[in-house]
Amino acid sequence: MKIAVCIKQVPDSWAEKKMIGGLLDRANVDAVLNDLDEYAVEEALRIAEAHGGNEEGGPNTVTVISMGPERATEAVRKALSMGANDAILISDAVLVGADAVVTAEVLANVIFKGEYDLVICGTESTDARMSVVPAMMSEKLGCAQLTFASKVTVDPAAKKVSITRVTEAGVDEVHGEFPCVISVVEKINEPRYPSFKGIMAAKKKTIDIRDFASTGAEFTKSWSVVIDAAPRPPRATGVVITDDGSAGQKLVDFLSEKKLI
Amino acid sequence: MSTVLILADFAGEKATKATVEIATAGAVIGEVTALVLAPVGKGAAYAATINQGPVTKVLVIESDDFTKHGVAAFADALAHVIGQTTPSAVLVASNAFGKEVAGRVAMKLKIGIITDAVEIAPDCTATQLVFGGSTTVHSKVTEGTGIITVRPNTITANFAAAMPLIENTTAPISDSSKKATITSSQPPVKGGRPELTEANIVVSGGRGTNGDFASVEAFADSLGAAVGASRAATDAGWYPHSHQVGQTGKTVSPQLYVACGISGAIQHRAGMQTSKNIVVVNKDPEAPLFELADFGVVGDLFAVLPPATEGVKARKA
Repeated sequence: MKIAVCIKQVPDSWAEKKMIGGLLDRANVDAVLNDLDEYAVEEALRIAEAHGGNEEGGPNTVTVISMGPERATEAVRKALSMGANDAILISDAVLVGADAVVTAEVLANVIFKGEYDLVICGTESTDARMSVVPAMMSEKLGCAQLTFASKVTVDPAAKKVSITRVTEAGVDEVHGEFPCVISVVEKINEPRYPSFKGIMAAKKKTIDIRDFASTGAEFTKSWSVVIDAAPRPPRATGVVITDDGSAGQKLVDFLSEKKLI
Repeated sequence: MSTVLILADFAGEKATKATVEIATAGAVIGEVTALVLAPVGKGAAYAATINQGPVTKVLVIESDDFTKHGVAAFADALAHVIGQTTPSAVLVASNAFGKEVAGRVAMKLKIGIITDAVEIAPDCTATQLVFGGSTTVHSKVTEGTGIITVRPNTITANFAAAMPLIENTTAPISDSSKKATITSSQPPVKGGRPELTEANIVVSGGRGTNGDFASVEAFADSLGAAVGASRAATDAGWYPHSHQVGQTGKTVSPQLYVACGISGAIQHRAGMQTSKNIVVVNKDPEAPLFELADFGVVGDLFAVLPPATEGVKARKA
């Protein structure tokens, strides 16, 4: 199987984020592999390992695909050090500030050319939190959308995939065939920590850095624009009391005063 | 007058509160038409539940492909109706399903998409709260009819009775949208408590519970609240992951958020800091979440919550 994993480098989720000129300031914050993409990398590796592994000459390959500044090679290396085989990073000045539609268009073009059997993603990035790129890629590729999976079962011989989809609307069993776009929820697995051997090996793995033109994507222009962005004013300071045995009742009084009960 | 198309959101066979909210949001732009996508034979029953909110027309499409193929089939039908009716804007509920449908429609029709709007102006400018609610952003779609998803529980719904005109129509579902097939669906398991993202009150527990959520749940039940949990609590396996509030969990914005034994790392604040009122109960007076508290108690949640629970019950009795 040819497996692609889409990942994104995002500002560290513990960092305070700021907007500059309508765009997220990515340069002045610590950047990491999107938390939720680690589950996608792990699931890709587990699927490969369950069906003959992804060692050199083996039946499967796991390719990391990302779009972002050249600095995103750090996040890509992390995925490689977990055990992916190689990577493609689309990095181009014309893509700065790309929205979800542009991102999906570019990634889908690269995926189409690479003829992958499975494309695995996290459910969202912790910076934009739109949760739409996997569905958009599936639309663009005209292939099955198997998203929000808490369980993935692959039958490589029959080229079939079954997932358990978990959302606020309930639990669905969904089935599709190769090629398909899968997104996995947190808790589908426990992502492995890169081993020392993995980290050393990742340094020698290929990251194929491509420009926008090579992807064959049709457009770079975002279809929506940020008009303005401003930090919200801090909340007014409230009352903090120390419990002397009556705090429970005082809490009820507060709720009553605010007409919350 | 311009028209706004909304994709009606259903739980089972009944339109949800989110449907009334997006209708209310859409009414500031123009007359609202609600699109109802139902299994064969169920269209009239589904449409009849669109009986609240400023909806002037309901368009019904019946097809078993909706149940069988989910998101992709919904996107085909919505895109088709957008093409037929050329609305000024399209609004969809910002849940996992709605966002995916909107994403596919944006890609299919080459139109701009904005997700998680908390307010929409008459000129279709959307207000979003990003980075865990720390920043307010105004955005606008620049290409084609904009498709905007509206975050549940942020628009004050207009529940006035509606008597919309009901019309039936059809839409083709493409072969590529039939490539994923749903063989079984189960509604979410309801423990008698409201859905976390829709609840008016959320009571959450964290590390300070030491795994014992009984006091948190009892207080939540006295208030008719949903129960949330911090990542520390869900990672420890103390509470189901589906209840996690925070950057990698759910974002909630209730009238009242009660955080019990949660210190308030950015990770957690990102999921709850747009709540209208925040109550914090924590043994540690240095807990950063006290900075956000409208009312804070430095104390043991196991000592504070039981009398508060009794107090609320007495007040309601």
